[in-house]
Amino acid sequence: MSDPKAAASDDIVGMEQFNSLQRRIFIVYLPLAVFVFVLLFPFYWMAITAIKPDNQLTNYEEYSPFWVVGPTLEHIKYLFFETSYPGWLWNTMLVATASTVIALAASVFAAYAIERVRFTGARVTGLLIFLAYLVPPSILFIPLAFIVFQVGIFDTRLALILTYPTFLIPFCTWLLMGYFRTIPFELEESALVDGATRWQILTRVILPLAVPGLISAGIFAFTLSWNEFIYALTFISSSENKTVPVGVLTELVRGDIYEWGALMAGALFGSLPVVILYSFFVDYYVSSMTGAVKE
Amino acid sequence: MGKATTSARNGTFLGRLTGSKNGLGLIFMLPAATFLLCFLTYPLGLGVWLGFTDTRIGRAGEFIGLENYIWLLDDPVFRLSVFNTILYTSVASVLKFGLGLWLALLLNEKLPMKSLFRAIILLPWVVPTVLSALAFWWIFDSQFSIISWILMKWGWIDTPINFLGDPTNARAAVIAANVWRGIPFVAISLLAGLQTIPASLNEAAALDGATSWQRFRRITLPLLTPIIAVVMTFSVLFTFTDFQLIYVLTRGGPVNATHLMATLSFQRAIPGGQLGEGAAIAVAMIPFLLAAILFSFFGLQRRKWQQGGAD
Repeated sequence: MSDPKAAASDDIVGMEQFNSLQRRIFIVYLPLAVFVFVLLFPFYWMAITAIKPDNQLTNYEEYSPFWVVGPTLEHIKYLFFETSYPGWLWNTMLVATASTVIALAASVFAAYAIERVRFTGARVTGLLIFLAYLVPPSILFIPLAFIVFQVGIFDTRLALILTYPTFLIPFCTWLLMGYFRTIPFELEESALVDGATRWQILTRVILPLAVPGLISAGIFAFTLSWNEFIYALTFISSSENKTVPVGVLTELVRGDIYEWGALMAGALFGSLPVVILYSFFVDYYVSSMTGAVKE
Repeated sequence: MGKATTSARNGTFLGRLTGSKNGLGLIFMLPAATFLLCFLTYPLGLGVWLGFTDTRIGRAGEFIGLENYIWLLDDPVFRLSVFNTILYTSVASVLKFGLGLWLALLLNEKLPMKSLFRAIILLPWVVPTVLSALAFWWIFDSQFSIISWILMKWGWIDTPINFLGDPTNARAAVIAANVWRGIPFVAISLLAGLQTIPASLNEAAALDGATSWQRFRRITLPLLTPIIAVVMTFSVLFTFTDFQLIYVLTRGGPVNATHLMATLSFQRAIPGGQLGEGAAIAVAMIPFLLAAILFSFFGLQRRKWQQGGAD
């Protein structure tokens, strides 16, 4: 350290680093900071509005809009105790969980059959499943509303639980097919030699190995059903059966005076469950998202 | 290769199972197939049928042939919605692609806390669209918009911008919100593609004196093309059929300037009660979607061919 030569060479390295750092600040860090700011600002705005007292909400001149003096829980209290919001949260949770479980169960069997049982026409079935994934809800909701009405489950949570798997199953099956493909045939063959049945192979060999795939598919399916809007908007009319996105939009928005505090609190608490779930399983989420694209 | 192993196995233990293979496949496919046939294939067919009828809510319709479509072709609102949908999809997709690719390249750099960045950048995609759209509604408020306030503070404008009340502004605003939500998907998917490109290629090119633009243009972009094709097909598909953002922000207004085919179809069918006409509008989206899917199909084909696959 005391060697002057070493210090000099350190200086040179330091200069180089400084130069490239300066360059990097302009071409990497600065644009990245702008991206992160723009992508996160609406959430900050949502959160800060939810805890702002009413008198500060629109008074930008006297109170800085970016900060809050004396935060209040008034909006949140109003949301949870004077509206049907807790019920909507419960409905969303119930519908998302039930449809995810149904979709996962159906997809595991379908993906296993397509990838490993290899029945006649398995490849065509796989392609059809992929095409089904590309059918958007916005062209299905009118005939589905018709069907839901005729079956007699209009305005029930069951209508959502039964219709959500239509967009979950294709996605989950497609994803799980990719996972099953990576499990070596040899494992199944040796299990078959040992006298295992197909059912035992599926539950004892394949499923334990496919747990990461199941988690990815489950997380993604849960998020998709939590976020679903057009079916819930069309099939549900009474307040007690609504999901969070529909409830917040149709019941908290009324008249000409918007209660921004309560509205933003509703948006915030409706987002939190998926964000928390997502934060625990980021890698699974990313792999399911990119996996569906890369296959 | 697959053929050889199958025939080898057929002679031994698998031979016994071959007989029941199709039966087993059928049983395993049954739950998924039931759901998809009842709630996807059947409604798809029913939707096409409804488009040929004059069904209203609470009244069974009669077959009227192409009347809905002929009527729609003359309907200026429908024609405007087709124009809006194409404008919305193309502008938003180009922006999502450009900004998403840029963000992916930034994230592909050596960064501290890279996984944290990746995690927070995906947030707009994870949060329910309706709820983030509500935040945008508040940001685009005609009186108390924070954007207007900042611009007024900086002295760039004198009066608040009427974001959602003016046709041009409203179009720009909904596109901005859509781009905001779509960037993470494009960026993270393309990042996954970028990470599969071997660093040695770039190093070799750099040693040969290629500039960073040349490396991007001649190495990164060609290797990324197949993934770009798939990601953008998905993006175009979802943007084209978008409903939620518009429904929250403008409900198609002002003067139908932001009505997309999906929102118009909802408006005519559910509050308007004209199920047949709404279904016809929805069916009119299918040719566009088919074009996008075919594009995706050929994108995938090209990839297999590029990789030397026989299929």
